[in-house]
Amino acid sequence: MTRIGVVTFPGTLDDRDAARAVRLAGGEPVALWHADADLHGVDAVVLPGGFSYGDYLRAGAISRFAPVMTEIVDAAHRGLPVLGICNGFQVLTEAHLLPGSMIKNDHLHFVCREQVLSVENADTAWTRDYTQGERITIPLKNQDGQYVADERTLDELEGEGRVVFRYQDGNPNGSRRGIAGICNARGNVVGLMPHPEHAVEAGFGPDGPKGPRSGTDGLRFFTSVLHALVG
Amino acid sequence: MGRVVVDVMPKPEILDPQGKAVAAALSRLGFGQFASVRQGKRFELEVDGDVTDEVLAAAREAGEQVLSNPVIEDVVAVYADEQVPA
Repeated sequence: MTRIGVVTFPGTLDDRDAARAVRLAGGEPVALWHADADLHGVDAVVLPGGFSYGDYLRAGAISRFAPVMTEIVDAAHRGLPVLGICNGFQVLTEAHLLPGSMIKNDHLHFVCREQVLSVENADTAWTRDYTQGERITIPLKNQDGQYVADERTLDELEGEGRVVFRYQDGNPNGSRRGIAGICNARGNVVGLMPHPEHAVEAGFGPDGPKGPRSGTDGLRFFTSVLHALVG
Repeated sequence: MGRVVVDVMPKPEILDPQGKAVAAALSRLGFGQFASVRQGKRFELEVDGDVTDEVLAAAREAGEQVLSNPVIEDVVAVYADEQVPA
């Protein structure tokens, strides 16, 4: 069975939900500890959401120096699929695996809502089970979610098809060009602010076409990587 | 005992949401003379000995590599704090 590592830093909140999403998709979740410089032979890694190190210094800034991150950065450069969700996305930008950064939401409030996104790149390791342009709904919950980068970087991301998700029906946090998620040039490293792991099982997700809390639009992140790994 | 101060500010082109909120609060409290506010960070790094050129250089390096994120922030000043009692 394909083994997907889920990292826990001090202050991580969503590691159990991420592990559960991996299991529901048909993979085997493997707990990875921030202080352990060992990936235990996993085939992919999820950096889950939360407030690692209390967001001290900057969101994700201290986690970047955790022993497990050195291994993840090396492995990501060799092609290991890595998904960063929310705080995990912030960690990936601080680790320079993805460009840009996140600052406080433009309206300064914490946001918690069901968010519509468009899938702008269905070719990455984490999005291949979606169709290009598809609209999906998954939860969004954060304080520091405003994606920023200089114009040149934004043009590069757009030109290379590396904007993977864009906010639809309004920009919830002031992110440049409505960007909700991006990937690296190779497409193995993906980061986004919204939370696919909270929309994987009917009864516990956002409202969907089949009724309240029936939405499971996040599950295909995890089936995508399983399919990418088995070829 | 010596102390180095490292000042970090949001880049000028980055809108500073916190500074904006502080500016609005100041204006509500009667400090209408302040047109805008930008909020940064001050780090105080203490060393056992004197603040030498090497210490200042190391503080600048730490400022640029760890204490600030060059995508959104600038290190605007690195200096020895003369107020520390010997």
